[in-house]
Amino acid sequence: MSHEHFINQAISSWMSEEGPDSDIILSSRIRLARNFNEYNFPTLYAPEEAKEIIIKMEEILKKLDVNQFGRMELLKINDLQQLEKMVLVEKHLISPQLAESSPYGACLVTENEDVSIMVNEEDHIRIQCLFPGLQLTEALKAANQIDDLLESFIHFAFDEKHGYLTSCPTNVGTGLRGSVMMHLPGLILTHQINRIIPAINQLGLAVRGIYGEGSEALGNIFQISNQITLGKSEEDIVEDLHGVVNQLISQERSAREALRKTSNIQLEDRVYRSYGILANSRIIESKEAARCLSDVRLGIDMGYIQNTSKNILNELMILTQPGFLQQYAGGPLRPHERDIRRATLIRERLLLELDKR
Amino acid sequence: MNCQECNQRPATLHFTKIINGEKTEVHLCEKCAQEKGELFMLNGGSGFTFNHLLAGLLNLDTSFQQQNQDAFHQEEVLQCDHCSMTFQQFIKIGRFGCSHCYEAFKEQLVPVFKRLHGGNWAHNGKIPKRIGGGIHLRKRIEEFKNQLKDLISREEFEKAAVIRDEIRSLEKELNGSQEGGE
Ligand SMILES: [Zn+2]
Ligand SMILES: [Zn+2]
Repeated sequence: MSHEHFINQAISSWMSEEGPDSDIILSSRIRLARNFNEYNFPTLYAPEEAKEIIIKMEEILKKLDVNQFGRMELLKINDLQQLEKMVLVEKHLISPQLAESSPYGACLVTENEDVSIMVNEEDHIRIQCLFPGLQLTEALKAANQIDDLLESFIHFAFDEKHGYLTSCPTNVGTGLRGSVMMHLPGLILTHQINRIIPAINQLGLAVRGIYGEGSEALGNIFQISNQITLGKSEEDIVEDLHGVVNQLISQERSAREALRKTSNIQLEDRVYRSYGILANSRIIESKEAARCLSDVRLGIDMGYIQNTSKNILNELMILTQPGFLQQYAGGPLRPHERDIRRATLIRERLLLELDKR
Repeated sequence: MNCQECNQRPATLHFTKIINGEKTEVHLCEKCAQEKGELFMLNGGSGFTFNHLLAGLLNLDTSFQQQNQDAFHQEEVLQCDHCSMTFQQFIKIGRFGCSHCYEAFKEQLVPVFKRLHGGNWAHNGKIPKRIGGGIHLRKRIEEFKNQLKDLISREEFEKAAVIRDEIRSLEKELNGSQEGGE
């Protein structure tokens, strides 16, 4: 296994497998922030300290029981090409911050990419578990296992009063950020989302689009995550998030049913028009692609479109990002060229579905 | 209506807090709200996802403390003796320099944590195994002792006796676990 494995293997398990409630939940992620007790935080550590941390992680990796989590590979950010970094970011394996502004950054990834450990990002260590569908509890369990394992090698910065100590005061305590990626076209089409988001914020959770900038959520994909990391147990944090997500799932489902009742033919028309655009266009911008992919996915989930796999939304949202498109083109592309590539890639992917039938 | 915290000044801030799905009515005066770290929650809790807001938030906090401090002594620089980060630098970048900063700035940090973490300021989650089970027990004993004080002040002596027995048995357990090593 080499770093090319992660670049060339376009599809991570969370994109291709279907998890619980996968008609609405694309993925669940748990992140734990940890730091070595003996080194300064990345805020102001010396290059020597950063290098020592990498060496320690390499040593730990050698000692790890490979059967427990599958094989892991350590990728150093500085060994990667610009495009390769972009691809890893687009696959959610590393953060933009690690890719762009962590000269001593590294990342450990399992073969199927459900576990990644970022090294020398904002904190020394960030354990991430990314599972398909609604599997927060499972992801927390996996993250805890990795944490326990690392803890047998590392003295983490911890004190009784504040818990796990992190660079940023927003992560202190549990260091836990749970997040769920949701597809919410029903709440958008029925204009309910603007009422719902402030209510979720009031509960100490954050809602944001993961694609697109500012308040727009490309592809109607939202990420819900906890903001409070201190004063609650890991289980309670996850349970509270779970509760809100379940509420959202049932609201999204009733919105979809309401749409079916009130505007069945209009919705079917919209879904098939979008399918038509994706299947036939020769030039497509990311915004239009995201909108159409969301419509088609909704069409699949509501039974208007059959024999097409659900994961085309997750997959194509990722594969049509600039990094991926350019990686496949074998070099940099101008925006206009990207739009042509994107259209081709989507058409080919949809044809693959037809062949399967 | 008077402030529920100090019972002296009139309550000027009224709001409902939702914690774990339970609604609580809160009535505070401006000063107590500031101290309890509620003001920030009021001014749009949604904002606190963004790190750059943190610096502003910490600044808000120190402007209050600065006034108090200046009255007593001038130019005292609060600094972490391990990594040399000053409290002013911490405010500016919104990041700690090392794990010792938490101890160095602890007086200043409680209102910050409260504001960022929905009123919470103490850890209540996982504890590394190497630090051991003692912490869990000591935490529970501490909680019970607070309850005990409460009950005694309300003259609920029967309940207090039950709690006192709980504390005794936990303390036994704690001593046992320490004798037995980790
Ligand atoms: Zn008051
Ligand atoms: Zn420090």
